[in-house]
Amino acid sequence: MSLDGESDREAGDGEEAEESTLTPSQRVQNTPPSGIRRFFELTEEMDDVISLGVGEPDFTAPWNAREAAIASLERGQTSYTANRGMRDLRERIAADAERWDLSYDPDEEVIVTAGASEAIDAAFRALVDPGNVVAVAEPCYVSYEPGVRFAGGETLPVPTRAEDEFELTPAVLQEAGAERADYLIYCYPNNPTGATMSVEELAPVAEFCKEHDVGVLSDEIYADLTYEGEHASIAALPEMRERTVVFNGFSKAYAMTGLRLGYALGPAGAIEAMNRVHQYTMLSAPTTAQYAAVEALDSCADEVAEMRRQYDRRRQFVLSRFDEMGVECFEATGAFYVFPEVPDPWEDAGTFAEALLEAESVAMVPGGAFGAGGNGHLRASYATGLDDLKEAMRRLERFVDEHRD
Amino acid sequence: MSDQSDAASGEGQADTEARAELLDLLCENARYSTEDLARMTGLDADEVEAVVADLESSGVVQGYAAVVDWDRAESVTDAEHVHALVELNVTLDRETGYEDIAERLAQFPEVQALRLVSGDYDFALEVEEESMSRVSRFISEKVAPVPEITQTVTHYVMDTYKEAGHRFEETGDDDRLSVTP
Repeated sequence: MSLDGESDREAGDGEEAEESTLTPSQRVQNTPPSGIRRFFELTEEMDDVISLGVGEPDFTAPWNAREAAIASLERGQTSYTANRGMRDLRERIAADAERWDLSYDPDEEVIVTAGASEAIDAAFRALVDPGNVVAVAEPCYVSYEPGVRFAGGETLPVPTRAEDEFELTPAVLQEAGAERADYLIYCYPNNPTGATMSVEELAPVAEFCKEHDVGVLSDEIYADLTYEGEHASIAALPEMRERTVVFNGFSKAYAMTGLRLGYALGPAGAIEAMNRVHQYTMLSAPTTAQYAAVEALDSCADEVAEMRRQYDRRRQFVLSRFDEMGVECFEATGAFYVFPEVPDPWEDAGTFAEALLEAESVAMVPGGAFGAGGNGHLRASYATGLDDLKEAMRRLERFVDEHRD
Repeated sequence: MSDQSDAASGEGQADTEARAELLDLLCENARYSTEDLARMTGLDADEVEAVVADLESSGVVQGYAAVVDWDRAESVTDAEHVHALVELNVTLDRETGYEDIAERLAQFPEVQALRLVSGDYDFALEVEEESMSRVSRFISEKVAPVPEITQTVTHYVMDTYKEAGHRFEETGDDDRLSVTP
């Protein structure tokens, strides 16, 4: 088959396509497209949709960080950096992590990646052998399961429960059979539920992992977006540092999604293994973004605090509105999502979400897109201006009222 | 006794936080409804009303105003607005202080803002009028003749890009994908 689009067109629609030499691998064929994709396409077809389906900040990256990126380009700093990232940046990342009682050596225990997503992928490929089992706390970000599959591992879903406020507990780990897992991956503060876990709640999970020799991959990309109490990392608990890799980045707290910059913190051996994958695939994270990140850590704490304050107001607003319209929603305390139950009389979140989109042009993502544990729920993102949130809640209330018995 | 004062100071702290938060929200948008303020802060609507009333009666909140792009307003209202920033230098004597001069100047309705500043001049004045000639006349006939004023320098505003925290620009479309993981 020709790769030349021109001759493809000449062949015409009616002719049978020749057997392609570019057959997608079994690995890819066995990986369905993200469940979010279909919903995205539905939403894109409509005009004037208020979308509560967006998984990234509505703010722009702080000007100081953007200005530092621009200045680095003006100075011509367009070459590769060290594989693990600029030392200046790794030092600042290590210093910043001390806020969460985490202590890592910038030379050996920090790696800068193209978004936390690359770090997570590098960890799967560096740490997971074929046949290894990775327990995945669900509902969760959509890339964990495919990432493990691409690395040749097997996943073991660990559905968290609404009655536990979507927190991990030894009970749900046990129920899922996670003691046979080699690794456990989870994300707190959580996408899609907005759940957080305190140090007291993490402690029994740490005990479980130690007892059953399970390594922990702790996605803490929303750490700075914690609204009640302080963010806690499992790696700060006794004997957990050597069995944990922590993932974080600049996308959410600094509103720098498009700059693609994340990092991982872990014991030297794991980071060295991840760097082996990273140096052959990414070589180094985007240089311009690294300069932006240095400045972000140096001077943008106020902007981060202001964005957090805005998110918190919206969070309280949205939770109040769900409460007023009688839609069950547990009190999410992190990230920028709430995770209400599907209102009566609906049972299926997908059907509800499509009907709501059709009738009121409001988009919310069915919870099942984030794993089985999300069934019966909807993810509503409040990374949207208050005016739009108010209007979306007004429309949702009207829709829910109309269909109530 | 100490328990009581602890409780009182705890309450005082909560009040202080509520005042700061509501003040911040009103600065952001003075048209937020009481209900929305309550939803965003976790306070009761009654508490919000009480705190705002207290901020108003104590003079912390002096008033509410819209942030207007007058260049755009002209095309829809026919109203002409010319703004000028005026630097004033003054001399003081035993009987006349800054307060006295400020008191006189602030009474003119043309004066939108009046501030005592550090640096090369003493007062910074913002003047609003219908035309440049009316601004000139106001400065030369009303301000300059004030005996304590020794010098005025008038700067006409040519364009405004940002005011009271609001950038005057075309509202940018949200270019994020509508649904993302």
